[in-house]
Amino acid sequence: MRKQARASNLMLHSITRVVTFVLLAFSLYLFFAGHNNPGGGFIGGLMTASALLLMYLGFDMKSIKKALPFNFTTMIAVGLLVALFTGVSSMLFGYPFLSQFYEYVNLPVLGRTGLATSLPFDLGIYLVVVGIALTIILAIAEDDS
Amino acid sequence: MSALHWVILSPFLFAIIVPFLFKYVSKIHTGWFVWLLPTALFIYFLNWLPVISSGQVVETTVSWIPELGINFTAYLDGLSMLFVLLITGIGSLVVLYSIFYLSKKERLGNFYVYLMLFMGAMLGVVLSDNLIVLYVFWEVTSMASALLISYWFHKDKSTKGAQKSMLITVAGGLAMLGGFVLLYQMTGTFSIREIIANVDIVQASPMFVPAMILILLGAFTKSAQFPFHIWLPDAMEAPTPVSAYLHSATMVKAGIYLVARMTPVFGGSTVWFWTLSIVGLVTLLWGSISAVRQKDLKGILAFSTVSQLGLIMSLLGVGSAALADGADDPIYTQAILVAIFHLFNHATFKGALFMAVGIIDHETGTRDIRKLGGLMTVMPITFTVSLIGLASMAGLPPFNGFLSKEKFFTAMLDVRNFEAFDVGSLGLMFPLVAWVASIFTFLYSLIMFFRTFRGKFEPDNYNRKVHEAPIGMLISPIILVVLVIVFGLFPNLLSYSIIEPAKQAILPTYLPDGEQFIVNIKLWHGINTELLMTFGVVLIASFLFSIMGRWTRLAIYNRERDPFNWYYDNALTGLTSGSQWITRLQMTGLLRDYFAYIFTFMLLLVGYTFWRFDAFAIDTANTSMIEPFMWILIPLLIGAIVTVPFVNHRITAVIVVGVIGFLLALLLIVFRAPDLALTKLLVETVTLVIFMLAFYHLPEMRKEKFTPRLNVTNLIISVGVGVMMTLVALSSAALGNLADYDSISDYFLENAKELGGGYNVVNVILVDFRGLDTLLEVLVLAVAALGIVTLIKLKLKGGEDV
Repeated sequence: MRKQARASNLMLHSITRVVTFVLLAFSLYLFFAGHNNPGGGFIGGLMTASALLLMYLGFDMKSIKKALPFNFTTMIAVGLLVALFTGVSSMLFGYPFLSQFYEYVNLPVLGRTGLATSLPFDLGIYLVVVGIALTIILAIAEDDS
Repeated sequence: MSALHWVILSPFLFAIIVPFLFKYVSKIHTGWFVWLLPTALFIYFLNWLPVISSGQVVETTVSWIPELGINFTAYLDGLSMLFVLLITGIGSLVVLYSIFYLSKKERLGNFYVYLMLFMGAMLGVVLSDNLIVLYVFWEVTSMASALLISYWFHKDKSTKGAQKSMLITVAGGLAMLGGFVLLYQMTGTFSIREIIANVDIVQASPMFVPAMILILLGAFTKSAQFPFHIWLPDAMEAPTPVSAYLHSATMVKAGIYLVARMTPVFGGSTVWFWTLSIVGLVTLLWGSISAVRQKDLKGILAFSTVSQLGLIMSLLGVGSAALADGADDPIYTQAILVAIFHLFNHATFKGALFMAVGIIDHETGTRDIRKLGGLMTVMPITFTVSLIGLASMAGLPPFNGFLSKEKFFTAMLDVRNFEAFDVGSLGLMFPLVAWVASIFTFLYSLIMFFRTFRGKFEPDNYNRKVHEAPIGMLISPIILVVLVIVFGLFPNLLSYSIIEPAKQAILPTYLPDGEQFIVNIKLWHGINTELLMTFGVVLIASFLFSIMGRWTRLAIYNRERDPFNWYYDNALTGLTSGSQWITRLQMTGLLRDYFAYIFTFMLLLVGYTFWRFDAFAIDTANTSMIEPFMWILIPLLIGAIVTVPFVNHRITAVIVVGVIGFLLALLLIVFRAPDLALTKLLVETVTLVIFMLAFYHLPEMRKEKFTPRLNVTNLIISVGVGVMMTLVALSSAALGNLADYDSISDYFLENAKELGGGYNVVNVILVDFRGLDTLLEVLVLAVAALGIVTLIKLKLKGGEDV
């Protein structure tokens, strides 16, 4: 994670390239599985954060910044807003703040699928967790003085 | 969500698009778009006026947090109607005026966002039936006000003024929240309607007076009552449209509104009567005398507003006597009528005067009465507007200020005849104070008039060419003075449309159903005491003004600053240095010290609670068998934990701590909690990365030399915490068995699928059952992350005052 490129981390580079995708895919699975199986926004977010961290560990800061042009501090705010708006939106239909609903819908390809309003709420949590983990770690990592 | 809710929320929603309008439609002044909203709302509420005037009310509810009795109930009755018309009507005029007052070069986006925030919050305050909702909106008005005062934040005085208004009004708001909670304790509801219905319980309660005093603190700070008035003159650093809107017509009247709203609850009691009357009269007198000493036109108007607010407050105090036992005579309710009438009149003439002063400031570049003079011929329209406004403020016929001041005298004279509250000879004080204050009111009106418009015009005093303002700026004050004249000549236009319904709302229990109060306001009453008092006021004030040259040399005249500021300044310095002292006392910069504080406190608190309620219990019945693998896991765990303090090498320490974490995760798997185990594993991993990063910054680990005593203390604390936690866990299990509680987990297990639609109970609890907890937890996390970033990026060297 230091800025100067290291000479002999071919192993790390190669493994990171493969493992990151596995981790990211698994984190997505965890995120969507959350309602009925172990997982959810918090765990999925942590998993994504670890995948991204692995990338930062394997490569130098600059190239990752190019590859992932996100501002993680903004991600925190976006996540909080998503969670908040999910809560508020139930008020628009006359239900109390943060009332959650679910329904089974027949979707093409996926078939009969349970959809819950807690999913966008969980998405907010997911974004906040990823944002926080990376904001903190990058702040420490970038601090070179 | 009914239309009324959308109306309350509309300014907030509009505030979202204002910055975009400002940024992308730069050709048109943003104010023009903003102006549409209050105008539309004003027309909307005017449509409701006939309904409300006929005695009906509008009430709609949206559930917010029904479990806590917090619902967003919008309630529109006569009193709310009066206020919403002021908020939207004056709001529309002020926005129109601001279009010409603020040039396009200013940060208009910010200005109108704050103004919209304020307008929405103020509508929320006067339309909420739920006390908690009211409180939330109330605090938003304080914030919006502070933001608007510090609009020109590069000026030191602006930020100081904003800070002062914020500290005073928010402190009052907090006290008010305490009062609301006490009311909830008594009645079990936050709804004002229901509290009024249960007024007997409130009045019989021992918490009656504390609740009243707390709520009054909120009202007095907001409405700038003595001795909390000191924030209002400093708030004059705000742009003048803001002063006209927030600090004379609407926000400062929120306190008046609250007192009027609470009159059915607290009215009729002796403490309420005397507190309101005395505070109101003292404020009236203090404000009017202080106004005379001001040299800044806005300063005069600020203290004048303070004094007029005191007048309305004292009227509400006197009028509350109507709810006392044996006060059936209609004279008791007269004061309420005058309060409503004067509230309305004050908004018209004071709004016009503020706008006129704004014009003078805008065109001449100064508001100092020592520099101004002779503007009568230079700015004839502004002069006419000011003349009418000042005459109304001073109480001269035929303007509306005269009517309400005559009626005010009548109400105060009537106090002498009160039988309730042991008024007795003190009753004479009421008209006397009112009369003296009116003399000073007349005096500062004279000073404003003659020092600004008469005398010689000195072009050298101004840094620009002085001329009349553009017509756009004049429209709003002209409309207001037209109202001053119309309501002065035809006051009964208001009688049954606004005043009577508002009075009904303040005294809902006074009349039997279906009856109306009689409201008849006349311009000419014949020669009576009130008229003679007015003659006295005019004569004495004119005499004082004619000898002004003598008393302007007095030291008391030249000290403009209110002496009460001394207390505020000292309190503020004391607060800062006190907090710094406390911080220095405990902030050693050593993590282990903080752990010691936290754990000692926890130990003492939990230990005391357990000892006090004799809650220690160990029950080995119903415990499950210890599984064989536990014999392996637990010793490993204990072994790892005990190793930590003896490790000298940092990487080893991190690894050992990691081992503890992974063992815990294993334990969670054994206990079939995959969600927790997953979380724990991931947290351990991420923590490890953070450790690795932090290594780079850490100094070499030294073998630190502690004094043995310190080690012993730490040992005691850590062992104590461990023992305590074990005991708490064992006792809670034992007591749970003893009391035969059903575990809450059964509820979640049964209902997770039913109510939350998911089989993963942990996740359903997180996102559904306890969604608010989750939301607030991630909020805390976000704040912590921002805190860490600030700590690292700011890099304070230590010793700076943050």
